[in-house]
Amino acid sequence: MSLTGAADASHASASTTTRKLSTSKAMVEAVAAEMERDRDVFVMGEDVGAYGGIFSSTTGLLDRFGPQRVVDTPISESAFIGAAIGAAVEGMRPIAELMFVDFFGVCMDQIYNHMAKIHYESGGNVRVPMVLTTAVGGGYSDGAQHSQCLWGTFAHLPGMKVVAPSNPADAKGLMTSAIRDDNPVVYMFHKGIMGLPWMAKNPRSVGPVPEEDHEVPIGKAAIARPGTDVTIATLSLSVHHALDVADELAGDDIDCEVVDLRSLVPLDTDTILESVGRTGRLLVVDEDYRSFGVSGEIIARVAEHDPGMLSAPPVRVAVPDVPIPYARGLEDAVLPTSERIRTAVFGVMGR
Amino acid sequence: MDTATRLDLYRTMMLIRTYEEAILREYHADKKPVFDIGAGAIPGEMHLSAGQEPVAAGVCAHLTSSDAVTATHRPHHFAIAHGVDMHRMTAEIFGRVDGLGKGRGGHMHLFDPDVHFSCSGIIAEGYPPALGQAMAFQRRGTDAVAVAVTGEGAANQGAFHESLNLAALWKLPVVFVIEDNEWGISVPRSASTCVTSNADRAAGYGIPGTRVEDNSVEAVHHAASEAVARARAGDGPSLLEVHTLRLWGHFEGDPQAYRHDLDGVPGRDPLPTYEQKLRDEGLLDEAAVKSVAADASERVEDAITFARRSPLPDPKEARDLVFA
Ligand SMILES: Cc1ncc(C[n+]2csc(CCOP(=O)(O)OP(=O)(O)O)c2C)c(N)n1
Repeated sequence: MSLTGAADASHASASTTTRKLSTSKAMVEAVAAEMERDRDVFVMGEDVGAYGGIFSSTTGLLDRFGPQRVVDTPISESAFIGAAIGAAVEGMRPIAELMFVDFFGVCMDQIYNHMAKIHYESGGNVRVPMVLTTAVGGGYSDGAQHSQCLWGTFAHLPGMKVVAPSNPADAKGLMTSAIRDDNPVVYMFHKGIMGLPWMAKNPRSVGPVPEEDHEVPIGKAAIARPGTDVTIATLSLSVHHALDVADELAGDDIDCEVVDLRSLVPLDTDTILESVGRTGRLLVVDEDYRSFGVSGEIIARVAEHDPGMLSAPPVRVAVPDVPIPYARGLEDAVLPTSERIRTAVFGVMGR
Repeated sequence: MDTATRLDLYRTMMLIRTYEEAILREYHADKKPVFDIGAGAIPGEMHLSAGQEPVAAGVCAHLTSSDAVTATHRPHHFAIAHGVDMHRMTAEIFGRVDGLGKGRGGHMHLFDPDVHFSCSGIIAEGYPPALGQAMAFQRRGTDAVAVAVTGEGAANQGAFHESLNLAALWKLPVVFVIEDNEWGISVPRSASTCVTSNADRAAGYGIPGTRVEDNSVEAVHHAASEAVARARAGDGPSLLEVHTLRLWGHFEGDPQAYRHDLDGVPGRDPLPTYEQKLRDEGLLDEAAVKSVAADASERVEDAITFARRSPLPDPKEARDLVFA
């Protein structure tokens, strides 16, 4: 059984030194370490320099590495993301940041027709070792163009790995792996777990992070909480809502197992199947849109393997297919909140 | 320029500033002592336009409610100057049922079809729809025009250049307005743009380009009158860049640590500058200033009261309205 990044970190503390960091600091630590290690790693994007990233994903890097390696770009996403692809093709290891995933529409061609296809089209002769970082998620009333997750869209299109950490240790470990990976990796961080001082934060957005080199393999899910009654498969911020609900429901004699997917491509189907094999019940919680996405995919993988594993119909809590509304009450009604997760657990348990 | 027009421009600028100050107050009122972007009666990002009043006032003075305006993530000044219903716009900012978007949109997504006004939070993406509105006006044989607004940061976006080409090619009745407030969040113009004036870029598309250098409402008014007249006459698009001022942060909560020009900012505030000019010329006195301010304040506070009294949307209806 795999453990969460956080559990990894504390378990390993006999041999590893950890200290508590926010998710954003953990991310930056990984980027800085790789920049020290490898001259080919550089960062470019909007407001990554003096501002340090709108969500603090590049804080301090400009001071440490200078404007040649931490490059503020114009608002020309096709151009600079395309430039990252070209630099990667020449063997550099760029990290290109685009502030919100919602903005990818303006430069999607570079991403899905170029970044993701070059390796295949070239018969494996050309590699694109780059990381595309972006903030995702809602919950703070930023409206329909600044609150989406959209990871299902990237996962749907072949040729790019997709990771979404839920905690600081994984943020560091997955970033290290993403930079070292010879493939394009889309690294999606939820604003609600970055530990930002100006946004209500989940208490687990600060946690123990190994001081030294720390890789979390891409494609390995984690059991964030072992349980016997129902598998809650989820990712990113929703992991925390699922854990909160699991803690509460322990009092109601429902023992939830929370699977933190950590990456969508590759998807750790084995861990999901093992878990569902133990619990016989599956709830998928996804902050992306419901239809044609992550929740349907996970349920399909279980059904394809053996529908008999499920003792109750699978349930999903996702954003019903509606743009994210602005008003607080409306947004809460469509996001996968703890309340919706709790109701869904009772539902799948037949209570 | 006649006195009535000058006083109108001043009144519009005052109304916009009064509005932005009131939203500033309401936005921060319940985010204390600790700033939490998602908290309070107005949650989410908030991009205010203080300092940029001359652009909206000067351009919209030439428009009627039949003309279209597409604005940006920083839309309030253009919305007010173009005559968007202030009550319903404010209710939208407060996320209420009487809002322009029934609480679905928020401050970056204000749509008022009565005056053909819209805005978008995606940089430069308001330009292309303005072309289509202009096409509709042209095909229906009206002389209405579409004004497409962006910041200078947006002038490096593909949609900007595609739109200029298409509008020029099809001779669409469009006025492209660029608000150069020198900053795209933390990135100064010098680090984002390869030319010193975006007006120069107009030449690449064979259309007239003008840059107003001093954030003066009268200079904007003058330049815009030519551009709007050209569009109305069927002679095609023009580009107008105004060197303006972002008086406050990019969004509320922006620490502006990157900004090296802040010391000079108060002296560049266009509202007291214009007020002084009108006073010096004997067109305004203390009493007149007070009455303009009082009128503006009454209208704005009325709108805020209306917004606060409007009910919150029913969460059960969150899934409605996706389709017509
Ligand atoms: C396509 C896209 N890229 C990036 C952003 C993030 N963003 C929001 S405002 C902004 C700066 C815009 O600068 P400018 O166009 O000069 O307008 P200003 O904010 O100065 O009014 C950026 C980069 C976005 N909203 N859309």
